[in-house]
Amino acid sequence: MPIEYYLFLSFTLFAIGVMGVLMRRNAIIIFMCIELMLNAVNLLMVAFSKVHGEAGAQVFVFFSMVVAAAEVAIGLAIIVMVFRKINSVDINVLNRLKN
Amino acid sequence: MTLHEILFWILSLWAIVAAIFVVLSRNPVNSVLCLIATFFAISGHYILMNAQFLAVVNIIVYAGAIMVLFLFVIMLMNLNTDTEPQKSRLIHFAALISAGSMLLLILAALRTAELTEVPVSDAGDIGLIEVLGKTLYTDYVLPFELSSVLFLAAMVGTMVIARKETSKEEVPSDNK
Repeated sequence: MPIEYYLFLSFTLFAIGVMGVLMRRNAIIIFMCIELMLNAVNLLMVAFSKVHGEAGAQVFVFFSMVVAAAEVAIGLAIIVMVFRKINSVDINVLNRLKN
Repeated sequence: MTLHEILFWILSLWAIVAAIFVVLSRNPVNSVLCLIATFFAISGHYILMNAQFLAVVNIIVYAGAIMVLFLFVIMLMNLNTDTEPQKSRLIHFAALISAGSMLLLILAALRTAELTEVPVSDAGDIGLIEVLGKTLYTDYVLPFELSSVLFLAAMVGTMVIARKETSKEEVPSDNK
């Protein structure tokens, strides 16, 4: 397959992730859309590593998965903490940093 | 069309439709299940590109560990009802327009890019565990060890953030 097809697919997945972040109010869904964007980028990186014959790129994808796992653990802990405090994960309620 | 192309189109369609359902589904549990379907489609793409190690890691880490964590949190908070207040229709429309313009902008920028003519094939063995393991333990051994420190920090941080707050009377102790 030409590399353009993988570029189109990754960009579409990334745009869907951006749309979800802008559209939803549930903090967990927003977090999941961020994961979706990370995966789109990973897919593109693997495609380019195949084109250029570079194994280091796939190692970088592996590291980005590692960082994503750590990030999800911390982020979900923060969301659980916020839910315990204010009984909601609605981002329109989480505006205390505004003032 | 070869079998490879047919599989590519099926997996692409599957990934995009599942990703759209992640965003549009009202019930958070359905969103999680659709996201798992998306991750399986992306793993299929990795297998098509002969990146076997990443395909397996993607299923184990993303579809296995991370999404189960999401499911646990959603069940724990009892959010599996579709009572989430929705944003107004104007905001939905604005989000659609913004994401669509971003996609158009990137695609327009791509027109002037000089891409290589080499196709993405399943030939070559750089995605196999043997090659990646050698690369990981020779060239990238320092980041590998540092990521273990990162995991330790994340583990401790999760414990500190998510534990129950102790009562406020204990905190201002007068041990001056």
